[in-house]
Amino acid sequence: MSNAPVDHGRRRFLTIATSVVGGVGAIGAAVPFIASWNPSERAKQAGAAVSADISKLEDGQLIRVEWRGRPVWIVKRTEEMLAQLADTENRLRDPGSKEPQQPAYAQNRHRSIKPEIFIAVGICTHLGCSPTYLPSDFAAQVEGIRSGFFCPCHGSRFDMAGRVFQNVPAPTNLMIPPYMFIDDNTVLIGEDEGAA
Amino acid sequence: MFKNIMSWIEYRLPFMDKMNLHVMQYPAPKNFNFWYFFGSLAMLVLVNQIVTGIWLTMNYEPSAEGAFASIEYIMRDVEYGWLLRYMHSTGASAFFVVVYLHMLRGMMYGSYQKPRELLWIFGMLIFLVLMAEAFMGYMLPWGQMSFWGAQVIISIFGVIPFIGDDLTLWIRGDYVISGATLNRFFALHVIALPLVLVILVFLHIMALHEVGSNNPDGIDIKRDNDGSVELTEADKKFTFHQYFTKGGKKVIVDAIPFHPYYTVKDLVGVAGFLLAFAFVIFFVPEGGGFFLEPPNFEVANPMKTPEHIAPVWYFTPFYAILRAIPDPLLGAIAMFLAILALALLPWIDRGKVRSVRYRCELHRWNLVMFCISFVALGILGVLPATPTYTVLSQIFSFTYFAFFGLLWLYSKNEKTKPLPVRLT
Repeated sequence: MSNAPVDHGRRRFLTIATSVVGGVGAIGAAVPFIASWNPSERAKQAGAAVSADISKLEDGQLIRVEWRGRPVWIVKRTEEMLAQLADTENRLRDPGSKEPQQPAYAQNRHRSIKPEIFIAVGICTHLGCSPTYLPSDFAAQVEGIRSGFFCPCHGSRFDMAGRVFQNVPAPTNLMIPPYMFIDDNTVLIGEDEGAA
Repeated sequence: MFKNIMSWIEYRLPFMDKMNLHVMQYPAPKNFNFWYFFGSLAMLVLVNQIVTGIWLTMNYEPSAEGAFASIEYIMRDVEYGWLLRYMHSTGASAFFVVVYLHMLRGMMYGSYQKPRELLWIFGMLIFLVLMAEAFMGYMLPWGQMSFWGAQVIISIFGVIPFIGDDLTLWIRGDYVISGATLNRFFALHVIALPLVLVILVFLHIMALHEVGSNNPDGIDIKRDNDGSVELTEADKKFTFHQYFTKGGKKVIVDAIPFHPYYTVKDLVGVAGFLLAFAFVIFFVPEGGGFFLEPPNFEVANPMKTPEHIAPVWYFTPFYAILRAIPDPLLGAIAMFLAILALALLPWIDRGKVRSVRYRCELHRWNLVMFCISFVALGILGVLPATPTYTVLSQIFSFTYFAFFGLLWLYSKNEKTKPLPVRLT
């Protein structure tokens, strides 16, 4: 045993160095526990794009396909529905779709690639319920507008382009997923090859 | 022989000494009333939840495919499975009844005031863990309300700017609520949170016994032993642990040992509670749709939203505050503040007098208004969000927060009534 006086500077350095190394170790050890909560490879696989056949879609009809476990609506809008999109605009929160709720190619009045085919995630942007499609009874919700979407949970209303009306709980328009047409009758939801 | 064994143990682990300290020689004010039942009842319900919960896991299957069916299996085929499950589901609601009344007691008698701030904080942490525990537990049957209720609550995290979407993805472990979410909530519900809960309850009681129990008069029963305190015959009757008398520096007035006096009194509370508890379990186990909601008897379906989503009754006051504000982020912040305000009560209340009995008239009415607001918000949180109800929710959210604002204002220079010298 050395009888040399205690070197406080050295002792402090060793204490701090040990604490830092221990702290880094603790953070490193936390990584697998936290990362383990991320979606697994299987979940990522299940989240891949899905294709839908729209050849049998009739005017005004809505079909649902499941993408990432969420309902994606495909609606073939009638001429009347498209015409009414202009009538709603003064009562909408975001008529020009300024909020980034859609890919760039759907930032237009009809919020779609092809005007008649409307594709949207059927989940209310308020708290995640699925709104009801009212093809002809929407006037009870919004005067003078024949068709739209009404969320039964908290009363949010959307027009036929999924644009949210004013004075409802939902803050933004319905989300448009990335999608692309493989051919005239097939649409791929979840992927757009980075098309703009 | 037995004595020798006991002293052998005592020397190595002072078990009897600790029993005396916390039970047999713990000085409790002699004037505990009805409101003091709810602490021990909360412990009883906790034990009920742990025991019935362990038994339920023996037949429950935590997977999106099997969860709903395994609950039906427990209800129909497992011997007394229905009873164990109803004890657990009713116990969850009973827990909140008891805890809300326990918190109201603390607010009435100023039990959060100095020096009991930390005790109150531990209580609030227990309340938070309890809410997480109840939320995750409600998801396990994998019914429609389990799924959609979780959808609503998890999306509250999504309103946080920048990290919201990644955070909800991380919580769910999938792009949607799925079996992955169910499994992790099961793990948290049966292992992680109960462990935390038990540790917090231990700390809550340790903190309580350090500063001593408050009482309906809100005055101290431990006095400095400077000769100014006149002890009555009753005061001299009991021996309290020397830890509380600090080797003669303190004298204790108007106190009785926790055991047998309050253990026996609490047994009466237990009997009354079990009567009501058994009535619910045997006659109205679904609590009229409030303890177990009707849509939850249908298996979770991500493609179909129930007509009306309402959380279980014990969340509805806070849910009503969330909905009252149109902006989701501000709504979530308001809901969070509603709980934080409660936790900060020891510092919001600047008064020196604890009990509502001796505080100003305004405080009494403020407290009444707070209770009305809380109950009204609870009712509004169950109802659909029509424009009228939204306005009402906004009004009562305002009065909820006004309680804290007013309290902060008038408690500084409050006109209080004279405090009694001894417990009444």
